[in-house]
Amino acid sequence: MRDIAICAYQQTDIVSDAGAQNEVELIMPVLGRTFAQAGINNAQDVDFVCSGSCDYLQGAAFAFVLGVDALGAVPPIKESHVEMDAAWALYEAILKIRMGHANSALVYGFGKSSPGELPIVLSQQLDPYYLAPLWVDSISLAALQARLMLEQGLITERDMAEVVSRSRRNARNNPHAQLKGDISPEDVLAEETYVSPLRKSDCCPVSDGACAMIIATVDQAQAWGLPYAVISGIDHCIETHNLGMRDLTDSVSTRMAANHAGMNAGKVDVAELYAPFSHQELILTRALGLDAETQVNPSGGVLAGNLMMASGLSRIGEVFNRIVNGEAQRGIAHATSGPCLQHNLVAVLEKGENA
Amino acid sequence: MANLAAVVGIGQTKYTTKRTDVSIAGLVREAAVNALKDADLGWDDIDAVIIGKAPDMFEGVIMPEIYLTDALGCNGKPMLRVHTAGSVGGSTALVAASHVQSGTFKRVLTVAFEKQSESNAMWALSNPQPFSTHLNAGAGGYFAPIIREYMRRSNAPYDVGIKVAVKDRLHGARNPLAHLQKPDITMKEVEESFMLWDPIRFLESCPSSDGACAMIIANEELAEQAPKSPAWIRGGAMRSEPTMFAGRDEVNPQAGRDCAADVFQQAGITDPRKELDVAEVYVPFSWYEPMWLENLGFAPVGEGWKLTMDGATSLIDGGDIPWNPSGGVLSSNPIGASGMIRFAEAARQVRGDAGDHQVAGAKLALGHAYGGGAQFFSMWVVGSEKP
Repeated sequence: MRDIAICAYQQTDIVSDAGAQNEVELIMPVLGRTFAQAGINNAQDVDFVCSGSCDYLQGAAFAFVLGVDALGAVPPIKESHVEMDAAWALYEAILKIRMGHANSALVYGFGKSSPGELPIVLSQQLDPYYLAPLWVDSISLAALQARLMLEQGLITERDMAEVVSRSRRNARNNPHAQLKGDISPEDVLAEETYVSPLRKSDCCPVSDGACAMIIATVDQAQAWGLPYAVISGIDHCIETHNLGMRDLTDSVSTRMAANHAGMNAGKVDVAELYAPFSHQELILTRALGLDAETQVNPSGGVLAGNLMMASGLSRIGEVFNRIVNGEAQRGIAHATSGPCLQHNLVAVLEKGENA
Repeated sequence: MANLAAVVGIGQTKYTTKRTDVSIAGLVREAAVNALKDADLGWDDIDAVIIGKAPDMFEGVIMPEIYLTDALGCNGKPMLRVHTAGSVGGSTALVAASHVQSGTFKRVLTVAFEKQSESNAMWALSNPQPFSTHLNAGAGGYFAPIIREYMRRSNAPYDVGIKVAVKDRLHGARNPLAHLQKPDITMKEVEESFMLWDPIRFLESCPSSDGACAMIIANEELAEQAPKSPAWIRGGAMRSEPTMFAGRDEVNPQAGRDCAADVFQQAGITDPRKELDVAEVYVPFSWYEPMWLENLGFAPVGEGWKLTMDGATSLIDGGDIPWNPSGGVLSSNPIGASGMIRFAEAARQVRGDAGDHQVAGAKLALGHAYGGGAQFFSMWVVGSEKP
């Protein structure tokens, strides 16, 4: 199989409300910066394009269609789209390169969650006959999961508050972060509960924005002369939708994906985990067996800003940034989809030449 | 460079207006189980599931793969959800094939569906957007002016569309899975059906269907061990062009021409009419047959309608290049599945397993899908022989 490298990554600032900017206006500046970073002109200079978005965030069928207009697809391009986080668009692009139908690809994701009521909107991804009619929102389901963790004595509310405190502190070094600052675990614990046992700070904010990445065969990356990180493994797994049949205090599918992706073949310097709720970072850290050797969410993670449909890809982009900046040799990135961490993807990134 | 891959199992549901007896999960599972039976396989033999459908707003379920994983035996496996507008059924098959052609997986299940009876497509396609002109039109209203422009350019006689409508329904009458069963349909009946969007009459339009289609795609080694003949994937291509581009030719889109050129080049085809035995092409409104005959290079520009009028595309008239022997989209249209049905019906033909709508001795077939306002195309060529 051909080795594949990440050559460029850019994202917007993560903002609570992008105002009158539409999705194309969110995407275009990021694409421009990504092309500039890779030293190419536009989407015509890559062999394949794949994006991730969700119609229900935009409130219209075919959210991705106008995204294609942002690409300069004249003459026509080889292009595809997943109704998933763009981390899975990356997965599709990797398959395309592995099969030899492309040597390079542009991957992007975007979401403008601010116009709707995101937790309520996400209730409509549940079983349409038995669960969706109850309008169980995503925060309430996560609260049930956190309650299980607390009652089984696996974590304390202080452990959760420490995750939040570290996220905000780390985010001070992330120019794109939405929420950042010095808040102590005590400050978090002093907050009222929002959906018990979760406090507002335990939940990721609602955010708008986009991100984009260019990947290529290692040969192509070397020809471009760019610093790169090699994607040495990537895999994903989904679990049952029936919450009552899952152990919500663990993430079996994350562990399976990490094993298939070869996470344990070396030291993990950095891990960017898509944990929309503080207790979920603890579930993921345990499921992956990460210890003090690994720095978790140095960007602040999605508790500092959550680009729906792009947060998974941005986790991968954050690890890429650490590697090409020389802060890490090897890292893992995680993406999730569905209620209570139902579907999980893990990518392993390693330092390439020039990085 | 890609690894070889082949279709080793195909499963469909009976297409109909309302499947009130099954849920969405029941519908996709029925197609998947039929595909597993066809391949003589069980759930444990599947390494990953790739699912496609048209916009989530049709049924009102966001990212339905999350809910459908149990019904598709996917727990503990990778699940990918493709969405590329109406071409999605075809794109999904190509993405599924890439799972195998990349050497990443040995055998995958792919499923596409639409349960239109639990949806309102017209509403989903027309909800107004801020900062945009409100396009209060379904697909027919969108395509009608493009068809009129084709008629103007080509000087085609007015009854070409009527002829296609009759031909595809007579084909559909040979396919027990087809939604519309109209073995006695006549040109007169189509002509007298009411005008929906001039020049598209009611009987020149596709129906609104519930249905699902599934395929199992395997690598070379497993395909050679399969109990029934495999349909080898000889080429696959996708193309997209912008919606808002002044230079766009919506009658004969560049993306369609490029996509066809790419897939034919991969399959070593220089003259598609001569070298292909059969084509399953996405024709939701009758006039799209002559338009796509030209776009795909089966006829010179301006002359696609002559093939239709000569009976070249009719299985029943013994035409040299039957188009849509299954009855096509004009006979069954579960939107998100319609592209995959084209791909699967092409595979059935080269497997020699198409029942009463079999094109005798078919060895090489085209499956085609398009979507959006004809900006999105996906195609594959399948053959009875290994490339």
